[in-house]
Amino acid sequence: MDDILLSINNLRTSFRIDGQYYAAVDGVSIDIMHNEVFAIVGESGCGKSALSLSITKLHNMNYTRIEGEVNFNGQNLLDLNESKLNKVRGKDISVIFQDPLTALNPVIRVGPQIEESLTYHTNMNKKEKRDRAIKLLSEVGMVNPELTYASFPHELSGGMRQRATIAVSLACSPKLIIADEPTTALDVTIQAQILDLLRKLQKETQSSIILITHDLGVVAEMADRVAVMYAGQIVELASANDLFKNPQHPYTRSLLASIPNVGEDLHRLNAIKGIVPTLMYMPREGCRFSHRTPWIDGSMHEENPDYHEVRPNHFVFCTCYKDFYFENEGGA
Amino acid sequence: MALLEVKDLKVYFPIRGGIMGRIVGHVKAVDGISFSVNEGQTVGLVGESGSGKSTTGKAILGLVPLAGGSIYFNGEDITRYIGKNRSAYRKSVQMIFQDVHSSLNAKKRVLDIIAEPIRNFEKLTKEEERKRVDELLSIVGMSPENALKYPHEFSGGQRQRIGVARAIALKPKLIVADEPVSALDLSIQAQVLNYMKDVQEELGLSYLFISHDLGVVKHMCETLIIMHSSRFVEVGSREDIYQNPCHIYTRRLIASIPSTNPDLKEANEAHRNAINEEYKNQYNKYYAEGGSVYDLRLLNENNNTHFVAMP
Repeated sequence: MDDILLSINNLRTSFRIDGQYYAAVDGVSIDIMHNEVFAIVGESGCGKSALSLSITKLHNMNYTRIEGEVNFNGQNLLDLNESKLNKVRGKDISVIFQDPLTALNPVIRVGPQIEESLTYHTNMNKKEKRDRAIKLLSEVGMVNPELTYASFPHELSGGMRQRATIAVSLACSPKLIIADEPTTALDVTIQAQILDLLRKLQKETQSSIILITHDLGVVAEMADRVAVMYAGQIVELASANDLFKNPQHPYTRSLLASIPNVGEDLHRLNAIKGIVPTLMYMPREGCRFSHRTPWIDGSMHEENPDYHEVRPNHFVFCTCYKDFYFENEGGA
Repeated sequence: MALLEVKDLKVYFPIRGGIMGRIVGHVKAVDGISFSVNEGQTVGLVGESGSGKSTTGKAILGLVPLAGGSIYFNGEDITRYIGKNRSAYRKSVQMIFQDVHSSLNAKKRVLDIIAEPIRNFEKLTKEEERKRVDELLSIVGMSPENALKYPHEFSGGQRQRIGVARAIALKPKLIVADEPVSALDLSIQAQVLNYMKDVQEELGLSYLFISHDLGVVKHMCETLIIMHSSRFVEVGSREDIYQNPCHIYTRRLIASIPSTNPDLKEANEAHRNAINEEYKNQYNKYYAEGGSVYDLRLLNENNNTHFVAMP
């Protein structure tokens, strides 16, 4: 298919702990299409950030092993060396990080930080770069772009800083933007503004966004398709509509049930038993969510879980979704 | 009579400048707020970062000096208390902190962390103390063998539960919970909130629940206070605030919550834009000159719970 922009194939990212490698991302395959917002949701430690950083090999390779394929523009990014990767990073694929204060250099003014990737990837002269930077700043909604151009990051508020990092990542009109928890550090009103902005820019530039987040509300507002991750694997993959209306995997259903929702009243929230296993103690065989649903009969899980297409383009991992019920509901 | 009554509370932080480090001005972190918390009630204090909600919580515990106003606890003005009288108050008001990594002493065992407030106020033998700690741990759903472990051996949610156990160790009347779940994952957040509710029913506690998450606050609180620029902009029951928000700031806040229903995507965005438009155009209707917030007034005669800061 030629509308696939990026194809991740059986990706496995392992980190070295005490001389042994443990996989934080364990066999993930996804295709990102042109002009779509693809969300990856999960709790801390599920491997969603490790996955996103693996795409452009931003991990410290001294203690990280990345296996599998990331196909982009007819080449496997994981085979490229640093200098070839640098031609892709920032130009075709760029990243928006969670914390805008650490993502921006505190001793360089905002303008030159936006120009940095233009200097690296294009032949623009000084004036062209400056014009481009100011245009970008006004595109991301800065009231006075000339003033912001000459400001230091500490002179801006949190929302403005995040706008500046978005401007940095948009500088070379990338085809794919990886947004790693872009609004987690922000207040709700600012979060709404930033999400509206990302959506507007995505529509204008026809680029694709991989949105990494733990906030299901943000996913519902933004995403076209969603992958739910648990313990390094994708447990459910569906369109946003399908996922929220018809969640299948026990983990997805438990997560949705644990949101204190503004819309409805519940006396008790559904808490998921136990915790996300740490990397070293992660069960590597069978359904990894099974130990958090001890009331479910073990025979309902598959020995070697596989994806099942429950509806067109709606995939669920392991068979335990079929007869899942919440503990307090009782059941069959 | 209300358990806690705060009247015209003010907290100013000095700005120092010049050669001698003289005080050249003040940051008005909390500027004249009044509210009360009844026994067994949960009051939610909502606002964005920098609105003064955490400072309010700290002022109630006496962790920051007051610039004015008074705090009545059980009808007595505790701002006048010093020494012994004050320590009785300290016993009945406790705090749960936001950051579970910095609020537990990493060098102490869980036993010592939870027993510290008990040791300060009560003379118990080692066995009695251990028994109390085990009881407290079981209230927050942890087994007694955890008492001899260190904080780093626990996950974020478990740590916050240790924080809850420590806060209830002296059977306080009021707990100020400052963003107790905002650093936690969704499933863990649900655990901690459930335990907080259980503990409240068991001990008849009151909470002042400080948060920026409107969903969590709605789940936990009967009465809500919306704070903005050091003042209250709207006070009301859960229904008042969510069904009939009146101040433009509250409406903006509620409109910015992302919904988990993808069908409402467009409608929400349109609603949000309309409110932002209104915020820009009608700013002067809701804020006095210089952007300061008006005094609260009762919205209408028939509803004595709903107050809005409008002229």
